[in-house]
Amino acid sequence: MIQNNAPALVPLIFLFAGIIIPLAALKLRSSAYFIALGATLASTIVSISNVIFVLDSGPVRYFFGGWPPPIGIEYVLDPLSAFLTAVINGITLIVLIHAGKIVEKEIQEHRRVPYYALVMLFLCGCNGIILTGDFFNLYVFLEISSLALYGMVAVGDKKAPISAFRYLIMGTVGGGFYLLGVGFLYVHTGSLNMADIKEILPVLGTNPVVIVALSLMVLGFGIKMALFPLHGWLPDAYTHAPSASSSIMAPIGVKIGAYGILRILLFVFGIKFVTQVFPIAQILTWFSAAGIIYGSIMAISQDEMKRMLAYSSISQIGYIGLGIGLANPYGIIGAVLHILNHGLMKACLFLVAGNFRMKLGHSNIKNFNDTLRKKMPWTTAAFAAGALAMVGIPPTVGFFSKWYLALGTIENKSWILLAVILLSSLLNAVYFFRIIEKIYFRSPSSKQEEKEHQSRKGTEVAASMLIPTLVLAGALFIFGLLNTIIVKGVLMKVLPPGM
Amino acid sequence: MLDFFAGHYAYWFILVLLVIGLYGMIFKKNLVKKIIGMSIFQVAIILFFVASASKWNATVPILEHGIQGEALVQYINPLPHTLMLTAIVVGVAINGVAFALIIRIYRRYRTLDENTLLRNMKDDTE
Repeated sequence: MIQNNAPALVPLIFLFAGIIIPLAALKLRSSAYFIALGATLASTIVSISNVIFVLDSGPVRYFFGGWPPPIGIEYVLDPLSAFLTAVINGITLIVLIHAGKIVEKEIQEHRRVPYYALVMLFLCGCNGIILTGDFFNLYVFLEISSLALYGMVAVGDKKAPISAFRYLIMGTVGGGFYLLGVGFLYVHTGSLNMADIKEILPVLGTNPVVIVALSLMVLGFGIKMALFPLHGWLPDAYTHAPSASSSIMAPIGVKIGAYGILRILLFVFGIKFVTQVFPIAQILTWFSAAGIIYGSIMAISQDEMKRMLAYSSISQIGYIGLGIGLANPYGIIGAVLHILNHGLMKACLFLVAGNFRMKLGHSNIKNFNDTLRKKMPWTTAAFAAGALAMVGIPPTVGFFSKWYLALGTIENKSWILLAVILLSSLLNAVYFFRIIEKIYFRSPSSKQEEKEHQSRKGTEVAASMLIPTLVLAGALFIFGLLNTIIVKGVLMKVLPPGM
Repeated sequence: MLDFFAGHYAYWFILVLLVIGLYGMIFKKNLVKKIIGMSIFQVAIILFFVASASKWNATVPILEHGIQGEALVQYINPLPHTLMLTAIVVGVAINGVAFALIIRIYRRYRTLDENTLLRNMKDDTE
């Protein structure tokens, strides 16, 4: 039956698409984009049907080569992994529809075919990380996705290779720490299978080796998810990457690290171990809280829209880390819901930034004024929707995940964290309304500026770029209104056993 | 105390290698030296896995008729070694990408020194 093989299907679709694209491009160059789009569409359909199947009839385990774990490698499709693959593939599908035009503008022709192949490999890595049930296999997928991402960043503007190089150094350190952690865990437990290690750990009890392994793994994923203060690579990489790359990696890239931490802390080591025996969950919470404030404050002082969104990502990834670190049902629901919501919001805002770059040739906030609204009414409306969602105004999605996180902090009686969440909403309002004010109320300050804006012909971007932006903007409201269905139907089943 | 050092000297050596690698990546200003540091860091991790699975007076894990029951401990666990084959391949791929990036940086800025690079980047307004 196809459903029994479903866990392996999604990464394999992307892997084969990544191989087929360069081959097909030998015959017909323009086919690369359509193969990429087709593969993403296929895996979106598969992963959504997986969610329905898993919710209906429980987790599916797929053994590679028929070797049962702990000897063989297994892929596990449980509610958490099914939900996250559906989120990733769905958002990427929308972003890729948008990417067609902007890739033509920003990336030279001979680089487009390898570029789409890299996107496919990146998605293969992301889906593999989420689906695998084996720690070493996870490392391999982590490096596949990271390597593809370095390439996707490096094709950007003139400074992109330098930011990609910095990202590579940081990312390799992160991967290395994770691998070292896996080594410690393997030496101590003699297994690499997540479910197996979960059974073995309570028997062995607390041991310095286990604590070192856990710390190293969280440190490694912390670098990959740009957890404050390990975020150094993120702003440059997002700013200098081509618009298509940054709108793929912002909603998805850092979430992979967050997923890794969630899986390791709460599903493998267990809530009791990470909160009472070795309080790494609390440490994670405080660093995330610091990151929320730091990212928001830095975002206020940025003049470039993509850079501002990058700092805002650091702050938003803090929410996810905070929710995981709270280690109570509300916190986890808030964190997983925020993975979906932040994916939608950031994808929408980065597509808007891409549209501005397409039409204006820049996205400097200083040069925005109300001619922008007259020229691009739909794009600016999508920006306003995204900004409202980021601030967290009901009924947009941003409100609901923050609501669950706030409930989580109240349940843990951590009033300082509650204050951090509320304060950061205020700071979000400052840096987003700064742009809204310019777009909607600021008239061109000088004659020359006005002339410059009028000389640029064309009004709104092409439909293939506008529709994805508007679909995401609409989704911000629709998913906000549907949030009870998502939470009750899916996320309640995501919670680790024993909650 | 002395036992603790003497019994684990391989691991102390690996720890030193890890620190050297991290030092190279963070403090060296030349980009090629950063890659050298990165390689040392990766090799240290590979050595950690290999060292953890080494054993005195043991044999390769091929099922022989002679070894049975209690004597099975004479086999070396092959898994860490095979895992490291994959890790070596990953390391090679990372080094390849890093060198490709370095070539692009050098072609544009004609330098690989980080300080000069930062100065040149400031002058290089789009």
